[in-house]
Amino acid sequence: MSPAPRARRPVAVVSFAQAHNVRREDERNEVEMLMPVVAEVFANIGITKDDVGFICSGSTDYLVGGPFSFVTALDAVGVWPPRPESHVEMDGAWALYEAWVLLQEGEVDAALVYSFGRSSPGNLAEIMALQLDPYTLAPLWPDPVSLAALQARALIDAGRATEADFAAVAARNRKAALANPKAQVAHDRTVEELLGEEYVVAPLRRHALPPITDGAAAVVLAAGDTARRWCERPAWITGIDHRIETHAPGARDLTTSPSTALAAERAGVGDGPVDLAEVHAPFASQEGIVLEALGLGGNGGAGGAGAGSNGSNGSNGSNGSNGSNGSNGSLVVNPSGGALAANPIMTAGLARIGEAATRIWSGDSNRAVAHATSGPCLQQNLVCVLDAAWEGA
Amino acid sequence: MLDTPIHLEYTFTPGIAQSRFLRGLAEGRFVGQRCPVCGKVYIPSRGSCPVDGVPTGEDVALSDTGIVTTYCVVNVPFAGQAIEIPYIAAQVLLDGANISFMGLIQGIPATDVRMGMRVQAVWVEPDELGPTLASVKYFTPTGEPDAPYETFEEYL
Repeated sequence: MSPAPRARRPVAVVSFAQAHNVRREDERNEVEMLMPVVAEVFANIGITKDDVGFICSGSTDYLVGGPFSFVTALDAVGVWPPRPESHVEMDGAWALYEAWVLLQEGEVDAALVYSFGRSSPGNLAEIMALQLDPYTLAPLWPDPVSLAALQARALIDAGRATEADFAAVAARNRKAALANPKAQVAHDRTVEELLGEEYVVAPLRRHALPPITDGAAAVVLAAGDTARRWCERPAWITGIDHRIETHAPGARDLTTSPSTALAAERAGVGDGPVDLAEVHAPFASQEGIVLEALGLGGNGGAGGAGAGSNGSNGSNGSNGSNGSNGSNGSLVVNPSGGALAANPIMTAGLARIGEAATRIWSGDSNRAVAHATSGPCLQQNLVCVLDAAWEGA
Repeated sequence: MLDTPIHLEYTFTPGIAQSRFLRGLAEGRFVGQRCPVCGKVYIPSRGSCPVDGVPTGEDVALSDTGIVTTYCVVNVPFAGQAIEIPYIAAQVLLDGANISFMGLIQGIPATDVRMGMRVQAVWVEPDELGPTLASVKYFTPTGEPDAPYETFEEYL
């Protein structure tokens, strides 16, 4: 394989804002949800819409059932005078990737990235089934919970995780979410308590499922001196990559995430110590798979996929068993509570990057990894390495 | 061959601003909203000024008279057509508004419609009014002199 490309132009995440994640936005439409978020992401660093030369968004019209809802959403920004704008029918993390590529080209120095997802207008289980292969899979309407349950079952059958591991992941994320004012689901419950819940789809109990969320998020990316001017301690993107696996879940080993592993390698996750990870694992059963693929958790043995299963304090106790990343066991996983605290479709991945960047700005992290996923059972994955220091060319 | 029908149901949320517009229609009046920055009045407002990107908080009651900025005469039948052809679909700019919206023009032969023609809304009977554009049956000419082109060229 060719050497992994590295970021050449220093580009950083310099601002982040998100809506209060809620089960149902009864009153506001997408534009009304986005407007305060976009206003906040600019106000945080004292800039206006006129300071960004590119705008990229991520959303899907299937959620609200309105054609071109992504076009009308631009009304929340006010794109006048006109400027380059783009949209991906994907999580905003991929919109951020597109903006990062454009910033690499050097024509613009700053970009706005936003995403929104209102799941409440429709039936999310049915809508998500429509992202599957339209000939052989979608007509069976497999819902995302059932698909995730197949994956969880495969993990258990392989001896790689237990139901208690899933409960521990859920307990840790939702406890961390108590400190996240934008979280939708946050509580402090014991693993034993969670294991007493009924199955939704075995082996997944209620706690292992993400909430259904209406939400929106926005990020500002800036290059070089612009980033330094707007942010005291920019979160430099030293590597970012995304990879996809086959659209046929039956053709994959669902207990691993080779696309995450490849993206992590290309993004240079292992090039230095990682002290914080924000991973987009909507189901509690998926977090261990992602951490292992990132080289941040798994030890390959029984229970290895349940990274963090021993910690209710937000640290990942099994970290360090894979020494390739040079981390020393102080890895913090999902201080925001992750997608188990709030899972706005098309938005939760971008929020992971924003949450990780927030910890770089505050000094809580020096080198963080943010991850976003899309598709059934972690089919497609994006990995972004954020560093407090820029040591590029 | 195997048919695999797909059917999805949604609950539509018009939003705060558009709800005011719809409730206005149920009362037989047009309610727009003004941008606090550029002063333009949008109807229906989606809650923001698409030029300035700020909330359009202030409601503006508009008259139900306006002008035809542009139009087309529909001569082609299509599935689900509810009106006899030929008929006129027009962009109507209400007095006091800064954006036009689509309406039917009736009460005039299709060949007589003109850009700049003054029109007024004809509402359904009061007991038939609802939060829907169907509350407006159509627009019909007022007989006033046409508006000069310069007064609406910005809205084409």
